[in-house]
Amino acid sequence: MTYKVQVRVVPRGGLLDPQGKAVEHALSALGFREVSGVRIGRAIELAIEASSADEARTRTRAMCDKLLANPVTEDYTIEVEN
Amino acid sequence: MHRIAVVRFPGSNCDADTLTGARRAGAEAYYVWHRDTDLQHADTVMLPGGFSYGDYLRSGAIARFSPVMTAVQRFAQAGGPVLGICNGFQILCEAGMLPGALIQNSRLSFVSRPVGLRLEQTDTAFTGAYTKGQLLRMPVAHGDGQYVADAATLAELEATGRVVVRYTELDGSALRTTINGSQHDIAGIANVTGNVVGLMPHPDRAADPLLGNSDGMGFFTSVLAWAPAGVGR
Repeated sequence: MTYKVQVRVVPRGGLLDPQGKAVEHALSALGFREVSGVRIGRAIELAIEASSADEARTRTRAMCDKLLANPVTEDYTIEVEN
Repeated sequence: MHRIAVVRFPGSNCDADTLTGARRAGAEAYYVWHRDTDLQHADTVMLPGGFSYGDYLRSGAIARFSPVMTAVQRFAQAGGPVLGICNGFQILCEAGMLPGALIQNSRLSFVSRPVGLRLEQTDTAFTGAYTKGQLLRMPVAHGDGQYVADAATLAELEATGRVVVRYTELDGSALRTTINGSQHDIAGIANVTGNVVGLMPHPDRAADPLLGNSDGMGFFTSVLAWAPAGVGR
């Protein structure tokens, strides 16, 4: 069956995220002073033919390791919907 | 005659400058298309600057899976000299042929200007024509030039002398303001065997006396004289 998969790729925790920092400053300037820890990454949606949600997840993990995320600088999370 | 293959990806834009630099050095230079799998008996491969595949996903991320890269990786593993300039450096990192990664400049803006460089390592395929500590001036032009690697990788690069060029001010003094946020002011590095080198600055744009600067010429001439089983390695 076809599974809808959401991949979130974000800069690794220890790394400086200049975009996140800039947006955090902008939010603070707009009065949202309660905000911290802004990190900006990307969301990738895909549809996968797989026999189970587990298989869809395993295949997506392989895609992340190979192409969708850079193992040196980024972390990712995977969500599989039916 | 020494044959230098300049790889063209869709979006490469320094391919002509790189080809010209290689020819000026005295090599027989020619283009290889990203779909080709035959390097046509290359003695050296150069990956030029530009915006391969529109920098989609990450700079160099798609280009590294183009058919030609399988041949380039095999060529490098056999000891063949490979130089990556700017986008070419990003592709080499994405392909795992050099450690670390190049992420967006720390100040978020594209930086296009001349920089100073200290030549740190002459024992590579592309820097033998220089002297250690030499000051070079070359242009940079990139949005994703911030070199990052984990602490262990950085320590290893430093301990083994694999930082090839480091950013300085134009007069050669230590940087007062970062160019792009690169760790240790790293502008270019080499692999363990010194046959693969990548750098963000453009020797191809500093390889013609007509342009008032030929500091980059050494990156093209060095490889013609390079002996793969270099002394000291």
